[in-house]
Amino acid sequence: MTLRIVPLYPELLSIYADRGNVRVLEQRARWRGIPVEVSPLPLGADLDPAAADAILIGGGQDRDQALVAEALLAQTPALRSAIADGVPVLAVCGGYQLLGHGYVDQGGQRTPGSGLVDLETQAGPDRLIGNVLVEVDLDGHRERMVGFENHAGRTTLGSGVEPLGRVLAGAGNDGVSGHEGCRVGRVIGTYVHGPLLPKNPWLADLVLGWACERRGLDGALEPLDDRLESVAADAAAAIALAERR
Amino acid sequence: MTARVRAAAGAARAAGALSRLTGRGGGTTMPGHVLLRLAPEALGELAGGLPDGTALISATNGKTTTAAMLATIVGGDRAVCRNVGGANLVSGVASALVARPPDAAVGVLEVDEAALPAVARAVVPRVVALGNLFRDQLDRHGELEMVADRWRRMVDGLPAATTLVLGADDPVVDALGDGRDLVVRYGIDDPAVARPTRDDAADSTHCVRCGAPYAYRAVYLGHLGDYACPQGDHARGGLDFAARDVRMDGVAGTAFRLDAPDGAHELRLPLPGLYNVENALAAIATAHVLGVPVARAVERLGGFTAAFGRFERLQVDGREAVLLLFKNPTGANEALRAIAGDLADSRVVLALNDRIADGRDVSWIWDIDLEGALDAAAGVVCTGTRAADLAVRLRYADLVADRIDIRTPPEAAFDAAVRDAPPGGRVYVLATYTAMLDLHRVLAERGLTRSFWEEAR
Repeated sequence: MTLRIVPLYPELLSIYADRGNVRVLEQRARWRGIPVEVSPLPLGADLDPAAADAILIGGGQDRDQALVAEALLAQTPALRSAIADGVPVLAVCGGYQLLGHGYVDQGGQRTPGSGLVDLETQAGPDRLIGNVLVEVDLDGHRERMVGFENHAGRTTLGSGVEPLGRVLAGAGNDGVSGHEGCRVGRVIGTYVHGPLLPKNPWLADLVLGWACERRGLDGALEPLDDRLESVAADAAAAIALAERR
Repeated sequence: MTARVRAAAGAARAAGALSRLTGRGGGTTMPGHVLLRLAPEALGELAGGLPDGTALISATNGKTTTAAMLATIVGGDRAVCRNVGGANLVSGVASALVARPPDAAVGVLEVDEAALPAVARAVVPRVVALGNLFRDQLDRHGELEMVADRWRRMVDGLPAATTLVLGADDPVVDALGDGRDLVVRYGIDDPAVARPTRDDAADSTHCVRCGAPYAYRAVYLGHLGDYACPQGDHARGGLDFAARDVRMDGVAGTAFRLDAPDGAHELRLPLPGLYNVENALAAIATAHVLGVPVARAVERLGGFTAAFGRFERLQVDGREAVLLLFKNPTGANEALRAIAGDLADSRVVLALNDRIADGRDVSWIWDIDLEGALDAAAGVVCTGTRAADLAVRLRYADLVADRIDIRTPPEAAFDAAVRDAPPGGRVYVLATYTAMLDLHRVLAERGLTRSFWEEAR
């Protein structure tokens, strides 16, 4: 029973070192003795929902985003069916925006998104750039999420969509609501890269646990020694707080 | 020169002297700030006073080394006006023009990718050498495509008499020569030293005209290589200066045959790695445009010594320390490849800072091909403001935890690595810009290396 991690279009969607997220999921499975393989979906190929246990969507250059949006739109039915089967989806930055209905750029031009999540993104006058610290409530306990954001888009969540967390330092979805990211079932969207998972191993294990369950494996993962990750996250949190805008 | 510019230049020189006297720095940017405030038109006038014209050099990777090589070559028979110490924004260029030697005949100016359009507008250059564009400091420069667009507009605004020297191995740079008469292209042409595949972090992989993925006959570094669009819309241009029969000898250096317009030359470069082959080609081609015969350029490069933090080598307590700057995934990958064969028994210091000059966003370390790259080293010490990020990166690259150490500040990491290295052994330091500056300052205080702003004086 091999766990299959599927990054979408990594040749175009890996601008903020999104391959780091893939690497972290892969290694944390391997270190626990769970057989795992990474099967990237190339541009132009069709997603087989039965052959994916976790789907990752990264961020791309603005120029490539339109190319990707078109390809992704064609895969929306397959994505929908994967999500209905319990496959977790982790979407970062540009990938997060593509989860929504669409993206309106500074010139007013609209690129349609997949509409998998009820959210909409509009380009703002400037880019929101800097270190981020976010507080996430996760099934009764509180986790800390750290990383870096760099986005022009301001994302507004639909009324039924929960944010992933509350911004303690940084801009988050739009710089005003105090919200960062979205979470609908096992679909998570966020602007936080850095990459996201190395300094937030709890989130990596959340996604990995879901992927294991979906594959029919035990989703309760044995703990790993994450002391280095804690030191790195402490440093990143301190920097984010010190430069709070 | 107008009286206003002369007065402004005098004030700027005084400010620079004051800055050095008060120990605030080498005066590498302060005079420029003063000059631009007092007489914004001064840049063009001062550069116009250089009888042999000015060469502007820009690239994501290699601009400092290329400029240093070019200054070595043209400096053999003329006084050169150049900027040093990475002071490559408009203020640094202005400072260099203010502080130029009185008999300076030619300008050799390294320019930041983002600052290049403004500098090219102000200084009417005789030659502009453009090497490559890689993703680099997204939080500061923006995406690669934005920088490429600015370069395209900059080239459109250049006078017809300006020669472009282009790194043809980079598709985006190669295409900048479209529709221009005075273009010189250089590149590597030796499939024997090509990489089997493109790096995961490769950037410009799709045709600049139609968007189809390029087919590569050879990949040399990152997305640099011999490429062609499968639909026939764009292929690497003909090479006026080509490196063939490349022989790499690890840290010791590289040799190759240079095929130039006047025939073949044999070049021995005391610097390792294919990226230094690219730098040497750019410097020789640019010098040729400035009137230096190829044979003379080749001879002068044979005695070239490294620029600040670019394979500087120094002796410490019977060990050899090798200092390498790293600032983006491609540069880091090339540095790691250059030392790969010489890692046995050595210690490695990795220093990652996240100050503005380094890039606040450190996510790029995940685009470095670190998997297996340091396995042969006896130990790795991580340091800098983001030392722990590096340690986490190494953990996921499967480097054994007991060989990873974290120590700050950089000099403490350096001292530990030197102490742990066997006598006669090597310590490699890979550091981001400000981490290298910090370490360099301490080493200079100990008399181990000169201050970087003294180097070209």
